[in-house]
Amino acid sequence: MFKYICKRIVYLLITLLIIVTTTFFLMKKLPGTPFDAERFSLLSAAQQAQFLEKYGLNDPVIVQYGKYIGNVFRGDFGTSFFYTGQPVSGVILGRIGPSALIGLQAILIGLSIGLILGIIAAWRHNSGIDYFTMVVAVLGVSVPNFVAAALLQYYVGLKWGVLPVAFWQSWKSSVLPSIALSFGVTAMIARFMRTEMLDVLEQDYIITARAKGLNQFKVLMRHAVRNSIIPVVTILGPIVVNLLTGSLAVENIYSIPGIGSLFVDSIKTNDYSTIMGITIFYSAFYIFVVMVVDILYSVIDPRIRLASGGKGE
Amino acid sequence: MSKLLEVENLNVHIHTQHGIVQAVRGVSFSLEKGETLAIVGESGSGKSITVKGVMGLLPTNGKIAEGSVHLEGRDLAALSEHEMQKIRGCDISMIFQDPMTSLNPTMTVGKQIMEVLHEHRSDLTKEQLKEKAIEQIRLVGLSNPETRFSQYPHQLSGGMRQRVVIAIALACSPKVLIADEPTTALDVTIQAQILDLMKDLQGKIDTSIIIITHNLGVVANIANRVAVMYGGKLVETGSVRDLFYRTAHPYTKGLLASIPKLHEDDQQLFSIPGTPPDLMDPPKGCPFAARCPHTMKVCQEFMPEYTQLSDTHRAACWLLDSRAQQDDAKDGEDHD
Amino acid sequence: MAQKMEIPQKLFVKAVVDKDEREHIARPNLTAFQDGWLRLRKNKAAVVSLAILVVIILLAIFGPIFSKYTFYDTDYAHTYNGPSAAHLFGTDQFGRDQWARIWQGTRISLLIAVAAAFIDLFIGVTFGAVSALFGGRVDAVMQRIIEILVGIPQLIIVILLMMVMPAGIWTIVVALSITGWVNMARLVRAQILKLKNQEFVLAARVLGTGNREIILKHLIPNTVGVIVINAMFTIPSAIFTEAFLSFIGIGLAEPQASLGVLINNGYQVLQNFPFLLIFPAVVIVLIMVCFSILGDGLRDALDPRMRQ
Repeated sequence: MFKYICKRIVYLLITLLIIVTTTFFLMKKLPGTPFDAERFSLLSAAQQAQFLEKYGLNDPVIVQYGKYIGNVFRGDFGTSFFYTGQPVSGVILGRIGPSALIGLQAILIGLSIGLILGIIAAWRHNSGIDYFTMVVAVLGVSVPNFVAAALLQYYVGLKWGVLPVAFWQSWKSSVLPSIALSFGVTAMIARFMRTEMLDVLEQDYIITARAKGLNQFKVLMRHAVRNSIIPVVTILGPIVVNLLTGSLAVENIYSIPGIGSLFVDSIKTNDYSTIMGITIFYSAFYIFVVMVVDILYSVIDPRIRLASGGKGE
Repeated sequence: MSKLLEVENLNVHIHTQHGIVQAVRGVSFSLEKGETLAIVGESGSGKSITVKGVMGLLPTNGKIAEGSVHLEGRDLAALSEHEMQKIRGCDISMIFQDPMTSLNPTMTVGKQIMEVLHEHRSDLTKEQLKEKAIEQIRLVGLSNPETRFSQYPHQLSGGMRQRVVIAIALACSPKVLIADEPTTALDVTIQAQILDLMKDLQGKIDTSIIIITHNLGVVANIANRVAVMYGGKLVETGSVRDLFYRTAHPYTKGLLASIPKLHEDDQQLFSIPGTPPDLMDPPKGCPFAARCPHTMKVCQEFMPEYTQLSDTHRAACWLLDSRAQQDDAKDGEDHD
Repeated sequence: MAQKMEIPQKLFVKAVVDKDEREHIARPNLTAFQDGWLRLRKNKAAVVSLAILVVIILLAIFGPIFSKYTFYDTDYAHTYNGPSAAHLFGTDQFGRDQWARIWQGTRISLLIAVAAAFIDLFIGVTFGAVSALFGGRVDAVMQRIIEILVGIPQLIIVILLMMVMPAGIWTIVVALSITGWVNMARLVRAQILKLKNQEFVLAARVLGTGNREIILKHLIPNTVGVIVINAMFTIPSAIFTEAFLSFIGIGLAEPQASLGVLINNGYQVLQNFPFLLIFPAVVIVLIMVCFSILGDGLRDALDPRMRQ
């Protein structure tokens, strides 16, 4: 297990290196420099040259790349072009809090409602609650989160005035964005759980469990749920990435000072170093989640052997 | 002798999207203490559904439409699901055909055995449960019971898994053990071992066995009595000797004739022509009429009654009726 | 025994049995797809979804043609008109006809989604199947490639590509496809690995069935469910991504219309003219709902294990 985790960390680093490289060269292909923005045109030619020199933008691309990689390994993502003088890592760290809070709350809401709905729907197949779950599942993935966020903001926030509409003032500010983000998670989990459960409930070992004289609840929890929760674990990775990206729109709508809105802003201002910083941050986070999911997978399903890459006998 | 289990006029209907399948049509049989009854028939004859009806483990679209299942005087068919749960695994347990799929892949062998004990022996402590489970593993002839206890099913071979399944089924010393083709999915050499194990354990814990099979070799090996099932009905029941040496029903004769015989030079294997009837729309007469070599007009119109041939032996066939032309019946005898 | 007496003696004579009757198979023999189609037709929700999708697709193709307005003509005398006989869905801030714009937008969104889904399906299934079937070193290398690709959050690559490549529909398709197939590949690989270890595949192998046969007859049919569900997820997710990009302002640009562009415009004026958001939102939700339900229906219909 330890060897496996070490191996995965090495892969994680290789993947990151490739991502940093790709991102760096893609960024270099972008038209213009970050100083194209209006602010920059106010500077004199000499000042412009000075800026380019200061940020090393006059060096050959390969030299810039070498420097950047070296810095990244020292934990230095450079300084933000937009937030002049501030280190990118500092800017990102300062934005993690709100994003993490919203994301975690959305996952918690989605997991609890989704699992419960999925389990009950499969258990009471073709019942009212099954149809209800299907409607929730279908609507949850079908209503884009920015539409849901906009409508929630308009109705719950503006018309009813129950919760704060925008900005980051207290915990209350996180409620609407979390709910808006959680719809997709709830739907994905409910749907997957239901499908898997229906499949597992047809298996022979479920009859064995019933033949033992277990009551329905025990059959369901000990045998069906444990075996059908595995594929749900595998979609946790995509769910996290959905949340990351979903937060881009939701944070914008609710004016939340999170990483998502920072990313959109830095794209709009051609803030290379911040874009790269966030790309690396998102990627590292995501690869880490996938790794944790794989390890979790092996704990739940003893048939999956980590070292053999899933090969059977 | 006391009747341990008595099934009377059992009718099971399976509701499919194409219509109702009358999978079991008025089956009656009984089981005595310590005896082994084999239910024989080809795929789709309703034997599996019959025992699942007895166990109360019919698929959700299956229903007992009529009939009773008395275990020591209690009608299981009339019990609530909750009451039935107390009986399953304790008084009646079941072994399934495919040991590869009938064990939970994500639970250790030990836990799966302990689970059934825990359910019905609330008087035992956790340590006692574990001890009992390990003892059970030893009882079914697995080496290193302590190691096996913490292994997962995928770490065991098919034969070993079937032993685990048997260990689970017998953990609470049930009065009746139902084995649904317990050896079909296994290696031939393993098959004999599993049958020997079942016979051995039957003596040790004094249980009665209903074994479902389509293998007459298995019948000869393990059973005291045989019930032959065809088209959702029992066509002939009797002792093993009755069935093998005083065969009455043409279907049973066909089954026996289709066993390859070593000592005969005849290379041609006998087979019964045709396929079993569609139980969505069962024939009104004898289900075997379409395939029987001796079909009479009456067979196509009326379901034959049982003819009691001896204390232990009865069969449902018009050929046994006094009005059937003697030469036809003789004709049947000649085949044997 | 009373019944016994009623049966006339004359019936106890040998009967003629139709030999064909013995081999009679009661239920018609259907191929998997005929059977699947029959099952799909029984699923009312799926049929309704299919019908709605057909209507939407027809409107997307012909809607703009039958409108006397184009999606780009402005009319400053009639800005922000509510729905009326002249403008069924009203007009926007430039007085452009929303009916024409919504169906033009639907056309663009659907085109992007379907193109991306087909590319995903083709690459993903091939990649996943090859990876799972070859196993060993091939699998390891292919898995590393996948790990690298999934390591990059899709939207970031899409955004970066959108910034590098000339803006347009095909840029979005390419950007969506470059990372979109990965999920399909993973699911197909996982499913095939699961199947590979099951007895019936082993049985086929023992019987001397070639790899090609095993893949075509055993693995693909049993993987169809996974592929269909995922493809049916891909289309709405591509529609979503396109709308999302346009919503945050880096997708298609005015005067080009897509559902995302329209929703973005509508969001800006949500407080005063909610219909500008509601109509395109309803269309996008309808499309996504119908694809989901149809996907589910197809899964139930095509899954061989569901055949009885």
